[in-house]
Amino acid sequence: MNLQIVGVGGQGILLSSKVIGGAALDKGLDVWMSEVHGMAQRGGVVVTTVKIGEIVYSPLIGDGEAHAILGFEPVETYRAIKRAAKDTWIVTNIAPIVPFTVSSGKQKYPKPDEIFQSIEKVSDRLIKVDAKKLAQEAGAAIAQNIVMLGALTATDALPFSREEMENSIRKNVPEKFVELNLRAFDLGFRSAKEQM
Amino acid sequence: MKELLDDEPGKKILLLGNEAIVRGAFEAGVGHGSTYPGTPSSEIGNTLEKIAKDYGMYFEYSANEKVAMEVGAAAAASGRRAMVWMKHVGINVAADALMTLMYCGVRAGMVIVAAGDPSVHSSQNEQDNRYYSILGGIPMLEPTSPQEAKEMTKYAFDLSEELELPVMIRTTTRVNHARGIVTFGELKEPAPIAHFEKDPGRFVAVPQNARKNHPRLLEQLGKAGPLSEKSQFNREMPVEEPELHVIGSGAGFNYVHELREANGLPISILKLGMTNPFPDERVGRFIEDAKRVLIVEELEPFIEDKVQAIAKKFNPALEVYGKHTGHFSRLYEYDPNVVREAVSKLIDVPPSEEPLQAEDFALPSRPPSLCPGCPHRATYYAVKKALGKREAIFSSDIGCYTLGVQDPLNTADFLICMGGSVGAAGGFSKNTDQKVFAFLGDSTFFHSGLPALVSGVYNQHDFVYVVMDNRTTAMTGHQPHPGTGRTGMGGPAPMVSVEDLARGAGVEFVETVNPYEIEKTTEVFKRAIDHPGISVVVTKYPCVLLDKKKLSKTPLKVDQDKCKRCYMCVNKLGCIALVKEGDDVVIDTTLCIGCSHCAQVCPFDAIGPEVEQ
Repeated sequence: MNLQIVGVGGQGILLSSKVIGGAALDKGLDVWMSEVHGMAQRGGVVVTTVKIGEIVYSPLIGDGEAHAILGFEPVETYRAIKRAAKDTWIVTNIAPIVPFTVSSGKQKYPKPDEIFQSIEKVSDRLIKVDAKKLAQEAGAAIAQNIVMLGALTATDALPFSREEMENSIRKNVPEKFVELNLRAFDLGFRSAKEQM
Repeated sequence: MKELLDDEPGKKILLLGNEAIVRGAFEAGVGHGSTYPGTPSSEIGNTLEKIAKDYGMYFEYSANEKVAMEVGAAAAASGRRAMVWMKHVGINVAADALMTLMYCGVRAGMVIVAAGDPSVHSSQNEQDNRYYSILGGIPMLEPTSPQEAKEMTKYAFDLSEELELPVMIRTTTRVNHARGIVTFGELKEPAPIAHFEKDPGRFVAVPQNARKNHPRLLEQLGKAGPLSEKSQFNREMPVEEPELHVIGSGAGFNYVHELREANGLPISILKLGMTNPFPDERVGRFIEDAKRVLIVEELEPFIEDKVQAIAKKFNPALEVYGKHTGHFSRLYEYDPNVVREAVSKLIDVPPSEEPLQAEDFALPSRPPSLCPGCPHRATYYAVKKALGKREAIFSSDIGCYTLGVQDPLNTADFLICMGGSVGAAGGFSKNTDQKVFAFLGDSTFFHSGLPALVSGVYNQHDFVYVVMDNRTTAMTGHQPHPGTGRTGMGGPAPMVSVEDLARGAGVEFVETVNPYEIEKTTEVFKRAIDHPGISVVVTKYPCVLLDKKKLSKTPLKVDQDKCKRCYMCVNKLGCIALVKEGDDVVIDTTLCIGCSHCAQVCPFDAIGPEVEQ
């Protein structure tokens, strides 16, 4: 199972990949992930790869090799599209984070709907998640990353059941935020199921 | 990360490559650790910050990599196992110490982790540090995975002790920042405090001793040769009737191994993990009966050149493919695509799944930028305001503030290395007709900004020396430094004062400001610009990410009735929390931390705290 998680520095991507990696460890599967630390985290593009299997040989994914793309930001989802193939699940947050190259007027940010329509022309496996709204509903906007994990779990991309993922959340988030994150996970899960 | 201290051999745990290196050092009984933080090596120190004390070793953040190397050298020369680690360019800083340390050698194991950054994810260059192993005569290991990084670290201490030479572990980003399952070995007690036995003939590198020590180094390296020939980290993975031979190392090996396994390709692979001294015989035997060999290694043709030479003896007809034949590039890191393409030129590889081809949108670029609420942005704004229409050269340095290079700040004109802003500013002041600024951070000041300050005072350079003091080493993950009052092991420390050092060096103009007091800061910069000689301005305010409480501060809001759409805030600050929606400017409340910078800049008083409805 090859998963590409993409987004912007500061969106909590490292935690979400850790939850998935933890679930793999619990299940006795091999896992190899690649993370971004350092300068690129300062509001730049963050690309994290998670590969799970009986034996995993490398931490990166080639074009067409992703079984799922988890996009925390529409433009970043689109930027990763060549990693996907016809049967790849593409789970994306719908809320843009506008880079300063756009807010300063130098470049343009495409309309998110146009991005999604463009993806839908070549894939019938796009799932759109209003992660911010659902996270706020769960109790805090910061839980967007776990909303996204819930939506991803609703697809059959991950080799884990809902319970296995929830157990990994319990192990990997601070205890006082477990309930909040499980609510966020549930809302994301249901949002994706409604679209499938 | 307390799990790294568990003495449970066989336990499996998910570790970052850098955490695995720490565990490897624990399994070797390391007694001393020293570093200066730098991506992608930083998490080794971040981890030890939390657990070095519990383990019972000594750990410090030294002022720079050279000092880290020297304190580590003394520990190992005294007989206490020592590890030092740094990013690839940090080895440049430490190289003066390292080159002669190789002549003297060590008594207890000394391991040097040199973390490379192919593709320049978070660095100023992508130099291939493997050449240091040749230059210095340093035995070298190249891991491919977190598990192997742990094993090699542990082994490197034994190897170093056997040879009485420091050993280099050369990693890259895709090992340091890869996370994988690591199986624990036995935990070892940390090496105790030692007693240095004097041996001036060996440890005092005056010329007559150096002349004796150089042959000693060559002799010890000679002993390392046979160890490399039979190293467990050089591993042959043959297939029956191979159509292609591959020699690979580091991350590059992983992709070719994966490609072979996924497609059942007829490729025999020799994976090299110990690459200095080079295992000539081992490689010779591998290529003896081969027709074609492809070398898979990132950056320079380090192995490829060796194989070319070895083939002359073992198999002159061998066709060697790699960088010299254009199958691979000397640039950037590799990935499965790059390796697939190169291998496909030599043997049949089944195609991968057809990648999705969506229509081409012009996507906006997203370079890293200063965080919302970053005090550096306020400093830069004040400098520009103080300059007005006057032109100035902005000599920049290594740290978050380098991001001032972006629009709309444009406050970086020259940058080559850590601490380099200051020397260069002096050079500009003596050789151009422009006003000059040097921008560097507090940690960088202690790293190498200080000698250049002294040199500048002495040579009567004329520029504004801005220490952007955010109370931490921010870019690499908030490590303490000599100015923070805290040690790497969490203990209290004397706070070394930037201002006192500057005054002590003879600087007359030394002022400290809070950059969020924009009017005052601007006024200080105006005076600093007019002051002849070096004027030091310390803009002091903690990094917003350091002070977590500030993150929950109330976000601001634009009053759309008062806003005149002048876009001063958007155009001058480049804060990503300020977003243009149609003609309106709105504030992204998930990003804004309420620093008030934009509110102070707005000429119409249209930005302020959100009023409860």
